[in-house]
Amino acid sequence: MSSLPDLVCPAGSLPALKAAVDNGADAVYLGYKNDTNARNFAGLNFDAKTMSEGIRYAHAKGREVLMAINTFAQAGRVADWQKAIDGAVDQGVDAIILADIGLLDYARQRHPQQRLHLSVQGSATSYEAINFCQREFGIQRTVLPRVLTLAQVEHVIKNTSVEIEVFGFGSLCVMNEGRCWLSSYACGESPNTVGACSPAKYVKWDKKPGAMETRLNGILIDRFGDDEPAGYPTLCKGRFEVQGETYYALEEPTSLNVLSILPEIIKIGVRAIKVEGRQRSPTYVTQVTRSLRAALDALKDGGERYHVKPAWQAELAKVSEGSQATLGAYSRPWR
Amino acid sequence: MSDFTIPKFRLPGFVAALGQKLPQWPHGLALIAGLNAALKLKLLPESELTALEDKRFRVQVLDTGGTAHFTYRGGLFRPVFRPEHEPDLAFAANLSAYLQLLSRQEDPDTLFFKRELEITGDTELGLIVKNMLDAVEWPALPKFLLLSR
Repeated sequence: MSSLPDLVCPAGSLPALKAAVDNGADAVYLGYKNDTNARNFAGLNFDAKTMSEGIRYAHAKGREVLMAINTFAQAGRVADWQKAIDGAVDQGVDAIILADIGLLDYARQRHPQQRLHLSVQGSATSYEAINFCQREFGIQRTVLPRVLTLAQVEHVIKNTSVEIEVFGFGSLCVMNEGRCWLSSYACGESPNTVGACSPAKYVKWDKKPGAMETRLNGILIDRFGDDEPAGYPTLCKGRFEVQGETYYALEEPTSLNVLSILPEIIKIGVRAIKVEGRQRSPTYVTQVTRSLRAALDALKDGGERYHVKPAWQAELAKVSEGSQATLGAYSRPWR
Repeated sequence: MSDFTIPKFRLPGFVAALGQKLPQWPHGLALIAGLNAALKLKLLPESELTALEDKRFRVQVLDTGGTAHFTYRGGLFRPVFRPEHEPDLAFAANLSAYLQLLSRQEDPDTLFFKRELEITGDTELGLIVKNMLDAVEWPALPKFLLLSR
């Protein structure tokens, strides 16, 4: 049998990091309190002090720390991103997750010993792109965008020696990683530029009798009845009127959940499974890490009799956006 | 660790009707005393606290009819007895949702998705407060609050 993939969990704060480690994550990923990472939200992430404490905590328990520096260096401020890379190396992180080709090159030249991962924001979906980054920048792992079917993921794995990490759970966006500018269309800022999708300063939740309206930079993107579930205030999850019908024209608020295809994911040789959600609380990290750890451990001995326990499914369903889950592109019947 | 979990519940309507008629300051002062105790223990990060300066907050417990108005000024949380304007940030939820949040039994985004927690006003300020509370390492909470299953 193939060995179990690493469980890679999100840490937006020190308590979240500890929750991930304590509940069975093999690795945690985190970022600085600035726009060098794609979860640059107010009050979230790590300064130098909490980061070194977090790294100490994870390493003491034999877990890895991966540092996300996964936004694109902005003109005139490239030094900020390079400084972030130097800082991560100094802190002794196990790998740096990068998306920007210029930064990959900088990290490779300046810190040849540092392990590098290609971020999902790097948008490499083919083995040709992945092998190019291996040849040029020495990347040892890549995080696949959530656009490939399971068969396509397998095809990539067969044609590269770079480790493959896939998403296993978390909020889905429009799945155009590294190339999505919908947030910029509404507010002039996007993950690629400022490290945040639909930054909170542009979001307004407006309580009306019997309904809640969501506005992004003044644009009405959804209206919920009092008993309807809410989602994140992004353009891709808004309801719009298209040819006389109002519906989720781009994407429904939903979460990816691969529990039911976990044996197949392991069988094709995926090296790591990533959980989305650095913006979520330590409670979410505890709940999701615990469930996925239990599911992975159930597959440790070959897992012929693996079945998804209702308790794992219930826990994951509870924290899902829009309270519903999908296999996303993994099981897409069309090409 | 305890196996005790806080269930989702909603107090009967007459509690809120009664609660609205009671003076609003006792529970408000208790909340503010708690926040100031957290300040004293240096649990709340300085960098985020500056963003709270002079902002007005309202915490409303829907099923008890309790409402607390307060502000943060000069390094302390202070009650606002006669709020004249809409607050900068307002939270509204039933008591069980607040208890589940504070005990880290439920995730705030989960409660928000399920419409059990309402956040209105300055969304960025709301995010700062949410993330600030998430980042707190509660050292001296009684055992029964550190729930784990």
